[in-house]
Amino acid sequence: MRFWWRPESGLGSGKPGGSGFRGVRREEERRRGVFTRRALLLGAGQLGLFGFLGSRLYRLQSEEGERYTTLAEENRVSARLIPPPRGRVLDRNGQVVAGNRLNWRALLVAEQTQDVGATLETFSRIVPLTEQERARIEREVRRRRRFVPVAVREFLSWEDMARIEVNAPDLPGILIDVGTTRLYPEGEHLSHLVGYVAPPAERDMDGDPLLELPGIRVGRAGIERHHDLLLRGRAGAVQLEVNAVGRVIRELDRREGVPGQDVQISVDAELQKTLRGRIEEGTSVVVLDARNGEVLAMASQPSFDPNVFNAGVSAAQWREWTRNRATPLINKATNGLYAPGSTFKMIVGLAGLEARVVTPGDRVFCPGHLDLGDTRFHCWQRHGHGSLDLRSAVKLSCDVYFYEVAKRAGIDRIAAMANRFGLGTDLEIELPGTRKGLVPTRAWRQAQGKPWNLGDTIVHGIGQGFYQITPLQLATMAARLATGRAVQPHLTRSVGGKPARGGKPEEWPSLGIPDRDLKLMREGMWAVVNEPGGTALGARLPASLGVMAGKTGSVQVRRVSREQRERGYKAENQPREWRPHALFVAFAPYDNPLYAVSVVVEHGMSGSGAAAPLARDALVEVFNRFRAAPGPRVAEASPAEPRR
Amino acid sequence: MSVTYERRLLTRDRGAGLLQKLWLIPWSFVLLLCAVAAVGYVALYSAGGGSPEPYAAKHALRFGFGLVLMLSIALVDIRLIARLAWLGYAAGIALLVLVLLHGNVGKGAQRWIDIGPLQLQPSELMKIMLVLGLAAWFQRASWERMGNVLFLLPPALMVLLPVGLILKQPNLGTALITGMVGAAVFFAAGTRWWKFALIGAGVAVAAPIAYDHLHDYQRARITTFLDPESDPLGAGYNIIQSKIALGSGGLWGKGFLQGTQGHLNFLPEKQTDFIFTMIAEEFGLVGALTVLGLLSLVLMFCFAVALRCRHQFGRLIAVGLGTNFFLYVFVNVAMVTGSIPVGGVPLPLISHGGSAMLTTMLGFGLLLSVYVHRDAEFGAAQD
Repeated sequence: MRFWWRPESGLGSGKPGGSGFRGVRREEERRRGVFTRRALLLGAGQLGLFGFLGSRLYRLQSEEGERYTTLAEENRVSARLIPPPRGRVLDRNGQVVAGNRLNWRALLVAEQTQDVGATLETFSRIVPLTEQERARIEREVRRRRRFVPVAVREFLSWEDMARIEVNAPDLPGILIDVGTTRLYPEGEHLSHLVGYVAPPAERDMDGDPLLELPGIRVGRAGIERHHDLLLRGRAGAVQLEVNAVGRVIRELDRREGVPGQDVQISVDAELQKTLRGRIEEGTSVVVLDARNGEVLAMASQPSFDPNVFNAGVSAAQWREWTRNRATPLINKATNGLYAPGSTFKMIVGLAGLEARVVTPGDRVFCPGHLDLGDTRFHCWQRHGHGSLDLRSAVKLSCDVYFYEVAKRAGIDRIAAMANRFGLGTDLEIELPGTRKGLVPTRAWRQAQGKPWNLGDTIVHGIGQGFYQITPLQLATMAARLATGRAVQPHLTRSVGGKPARGGKPEEWPSLGIPDRDLKLMREGMWAVVNEPGGTALGARLPASLGVMAGKTGSVQVRRVSREQRERGYKAENQPREWRPHALFVAFAPYDNPLYAVSVVVEHGMSGSGAAAPLARDALVEVFNRFRAAPGPRVAEASPAEPRR
Repeated sequence: MSVTYERRLLTRDRGAGLLQKLWLIPWSFVLLLCAVAAVGYVALYSAGGGSPEPYAAKHALRFGFGLVLMLSIALVDIRLIARLAWLGYAAGIALLVLVLLHGNVGKGAQRWIDIGPLQLQPSELMKIMLVLGLAAWFQRASWERMGNVLFLLPPALMVLLPVGLILKQPNLGTALITGMVGAAVFFAAGTRWWKFALIGAGVAVAAPIAYDHLHDYQRARITTFLDPESDPLGAGYNIIQSKIALGSGGLWGKGFLQGTQGHLNFLPEKQTDFIFTMIAEEFGLVGALTVLGLLSLVLMFCFAVALRCRHQFGRLIAVGLGTNFFLYVFVNVAMVTGSIPVGGVPLPLISHGGSAMLTTMLGFGLLLSVYVHRDAEFGAAQD
């Protein structure tokens, strides 16, 4: 067999390889010749096949593409996103606290009209549009792709809808469609927790095509923001063949989206409402399930109606909210910063016990003040408590005793103990923007270029000074005191029907504090409420419900000078904003803690007078609501005497 | 004579320093590769919904890394590569065996293994190593010797072994491509034409007969073999969507980031297999042909290197790697235009994917080494 590319036949039979240098050269040339021909053949063939691909593309895109060109002029393939319904937020009993309702609206699809301006002009003759609205629509039309509809007007009345439908031929590109909008049935009662939704801003655009849809909302605060992606779901899409007027001829294809998931939170909406009804401006109450950290209620007064954000907040409303000194937009339970006052004394006691600078039996004599150099630190009891041990010092809230413990333990040990109880730490609750607060240390002060003095330690021993603690952290502290576990407050109970993490008490690690120490502190807190002489004796629970243990606190918001003290200073004679804050932390039942509570009443004067009764009322409400419920178990209400 | 000849290795560029070699690198070709990768960046930017995340930024990073790899390999003496070729081939086979034993199953086939953060598809690497191994075998073979059937038997086994291993994954598409790359090297090395004709005729006769005798479920298995991504229900879905995208792109395209098919996720795998459709939808026929033109230039460079090279080893490598590149592009574009049913082949330098980028740049590194050392002296042909 011979082919034209075979080299000259004469050389084929020789053995050039073995015949010296010239033979080698000849053989090499021959080999190269064969290679060159064959490589050219291969290369040309491959380029030819690329040419075939080119012609194939030409046919698809240009010739057969005429089919699609026709579609582009008369009928066109148009793709539309189907927004998934946003997931609901439910309370612990399954009651809807954030749901959806229907919203009829007029949309504009830019690619279906020749002239956006003319269409809007006609539209505003039927349903008047303001200059601002038109500017917004034109801006969005420019910003978005031409097949993405832009909302022209939302929340249409039946009348407007009818008028638009009748005039449809004059309104190319306009279509009426039903979307959903967010509805918060409980209004302002849960707005600090559930948050609210608003139209996405430029910075929210994360590539999710869903966010370009008209009427879509993103979570702006609270649970709505924390679980935004879960609640949002994923968009589906339909491919439609539409004619030049925008009428759908047929559906070509459909991709189903993923509906947003329902999120169940641990809050009891009814409990929350009842508590909010009891408290005044500037007050916050937090109720936790002490065993696992679930937030049962978190109330902060005043609040706002989250439904307002849906349609857009007016400038006047926004001004009112932001100028209001009571800060309705801010959740004081998570973002209000207070010194803990005497509620902090258990931490100081535990720090002293752990450092072995104090034992439960150590007695300190309180003459009503402690002198350090020429500075005098007063006990709240001007005449002194006399000689007392640690338990009585908690019960009577003796300042001098804790000045002494703090002096011995040092600020850094106290701060470390406070951090273990959640104070000054990020508790990772699902509320974006929650404050971390501050527990001062020697290093922190030195970083500011100032020395830490022994006097500072003494002041901080009774929870006054630089501390910045949130009511949520105080409730967490109470829960941790009650259980000895590092429970973290959280709101999410389940997502899409699947239980969230953190619901079981065993999931939370132990704090590593000896039971003996914790028990002593709990006994002290028991005595505060239940023993004659305790600072909050008036706030005990009805015997039928159970036994509460707690601790009062009040913090000065201004320094009281020696002069004022000598002239007979009385807080109640001061203007309201100079009066001290009232605080109370508690847990109950004493022998089997189920609930932890913190109450902060701004300028409420005294913990026992203003805060403790609110805590009692909250617990009574909790017991009444949960006793019947199968969920949390309530221990038999038998006031157990602590061992002496 | 062969051993001594090889040992001498005295050539013009023996003493050439690295800097001189850098000067010899064809920078216009490097620039061409950058242009193709830039097309990939733009397309992946669009596939990411108009954002460098999650595809485009990684693509640029990988290309940068591949560029460094390519240039480093380009400076390695081709004779050193020739001596290491066997080792490379053996390593490729070892990885293929490893992937069969411990590989990750993807879409019904064992295809890749994890090496740290990298997912390696040994079948991609194998194609390059096969070219190296065959070129090393044929580098000294004279025309006479190429006529000897016994001499052709070992390299034939060298092709069949990896093809068999890849078939076992199972991945018929890649196995076919590997076989074709091997055949191209055989052809360029001077295997007699009638042998190809004989094998081709044998296959052409046997295949339909074999297919006819198969059961329905066996045929279905072959169909999934050919197109692993298709399930019986969704067969053809991808191709239809791809054709709509191409057709609606028209002559000039819908414009950057305006492709409805791609952005609304009607286009499957738009960042990998169907990236070319995305380009054709947004930039039209003009854009698609431009990209095809750029890729043709790359292919032409491969053959130009083959023709200019003065040693058989380099020539065969250039033809083998050129054919490999051609097959990638051809199979991918033919697939998205609905011309052939095989699926799962990315578009080199443009598709998203680290393993493919790495092996592509490794191949181009070898090609550049051939170019830089095109005048290196090897042993002459022998019988």
